Amino acid sequence: MTFLLRRAAFYLVTLWAAITVNFLLPRLLPGDPVQAMITKLGGRLNSDAMASLYVLFGLDDDKSIWEQYVDYWGSLFRGDLGLSFTFFPTPVADVLAQSMPWTLGLVGVTTIIAFILGTLLGVYAGWKRGSWMDNLIPVTTFLSSIPYFWLGLIAISLFSVTWPLLPASGGYAPGLVPEFSGEFIGSMLEHAVLPGVTIIVSSVAGWILGMRNMMVTVTAEDYVLVARAKGLTQKRIMFAYAARNAVLPSISGFALSLGFIVGGALLVEMVFSYPGLGYVLFQGIGGKDYPLMQGVFLVITLAVLVANLLADIGYLLLDPRTRKEG
Amino acid sequence: MNFKTKLGLGILAFFTLIAVIGEWIAPYDPSAMSDDLLSPPSLSHWFGTTMTGQDIFSQVLVGTRGVMVVGLVCGVLATFLSILVGVTAGFLGGAADEALSMLSNVFLVIPALPLIIIVASMLPSADTVLIAAVISLTAWAWGARILRAQTMSLRRRDFVEAARASGERTWRIIVFEVLPNLLAVIGSGFVGTVIFAVMLQITLSFVGVISLSTWNWGTILFWAQSNQALGLGAWWWFVPAGLCIALLGTALALINFGIDEYANPRLRKVRA
Repeated sequence: MTFLLRRAAFYLVTLWAAITVNFLLPRLLPGDPVQAMITKLGGRLNSDAMASLYVLFGLDDDKSIWEQYVDYWGSLFRGDLGLSFTFFPTPVADVLAQSMPWTLGLVGVTTIIAFILGTLLGVYAGWKRGSWMDNLIPVTTFLSSIPYFWLGLIAISLFSVTWPLLPASGGYAPGLVPEFSGEFIGSMLEHAVLPGVTIIVSSVAGWILGMRNMMVTVTAEDYVLVARAKGLTQKRIMFAYAARNAVLPSISGFALSLGFIVGGALLVEMVFSYPGLGYVLFQGIGGKDYPLMQGVFLVITLAVLVANLLADIGYLLLDPRTRKEG
Repeated sequence: MNFKTKLGLGILAFFTLIAVIGEWIAPYDPSAMSDDLLSPPSLSHWFGTTMTGQDIFSQVLVGTRGVMVVGLVCGVLATFLSILVGVTAGFLGGAADEALSMLSNVFLVIPALPLIIIVASMLPSADTVLIAAVISLTAWAWGARILRAQTMSLRRRDFVEAARASGERTWRIIVFEVLPNLLAVIGSGFVGTVIFAVMLQITLSFVGVISLSTWNWGTILFWAQSNQALGLGAWWWFVPAGLCIALLGTALALINFGIDEYANPRLRKVRA
């Protein structure tokens, strides 16, 4: 349990750091872009909305920085992230609540598929070192060197423009209403194919390579030799002896590289106009919508931290050493 | 040095050369408009032209410098930071290690892209060097983590103990005894950081948060995307810049494999 408690404490510190950075950024950087937006919107903002933007972006200069910080936390606990300028006058929290499920679905599913697929291929490539599988490495390196968003552009140009097989943008066919029906779910899946495959293709290479190199290292260990000497089946040695040990760094790497992968996935959403957080962020950039951008940052950080905690639990199940008390 | 590493170094040298001479050998002014609107690749325009008749080949040539400069500046800055944090943490141990490791893990876990997008769009003037500095601040943590682990394994070796026993100062032990043994790790960290920085800069240009007044490969893609190049079937507008990014990334990754194989002989190719 100590292990999980330590990790949980670390995630709380990280969350605190992210929130504090979010608090400090608009106050430290020169210029007052939010003030400019408020002036531009003029009378269309009611006094409540104005007050919450003042608290979030430090425009009430007569208060000390500590008072501002306390007020800021107060706003966050009430779930008040200000009003979005782009989707005026919808509160940022509502915009996020609407787009969050799309991102969780797309990025969550594709990341897990990429991880499992990449790890399995890596196990095999490491086990069969020196065979044709080694040629897989340069190919996947090239694929992982391609920026996610560019691969998305190519996918659209090939499979939506040249051969119009799949839809190029959106999360479901226009005209449909989000509901639990066969037609809607079918359309949703059809729209998720191109962005999903894009994310999988560009993120799978990292897992293959990491896993292969660990497999190569682990296969030279004495306990694998002993397992061979005992005459165990190849399959059993490969998975229960070598892979089980080799996968540990991959899982701790999974947790740490998640922030990076999510960044790439957000870009894929931008390219495909997929109705998730990435596309919302993209629209926010265009409209200089700071409340929205900061809200997206906070929600994504929170999601990454929760995913990290889940990865830790997985690690705990695989590695008995972490379960030891003391 | 094997073939893969040589190939990587060769491609890198090629792009470095283009970064230096690109501006002189570019056949046109990259921003100049002409009457050849949206024409596919031809003899006079090798990579075709944009919607306003700009020559894409010249844009790619001129844009190479921005990409390489950001990669280099970030690589140097972030590697410096990662040595500072990682080696100090690994060598000192104890509370200093706990605090520094915590710091680098926090930086690793927080998603960098949305954070940098916010910072870059809040900066009043986002010029190349400033962006490079901001990217470095988020890019050092991975290297620091690896360097810390390596330093910890070196800390108790005999030659370090001997230096300590002969009364060497701590900073001298770190610089002259420990650092030379970390060169391979530092090198591969540097290359990894350059890949990260180049990708991030191109991404930032593509989403349109960095100033579009200087050319880089991301800017080309930004204009292609905002002018609906995909819908118009103008594949030549976004293919060359993307291929350049992928080639540069592959070259750097190949160099990194070379360093890894040098440091860990088990990874070298065996005859099956």
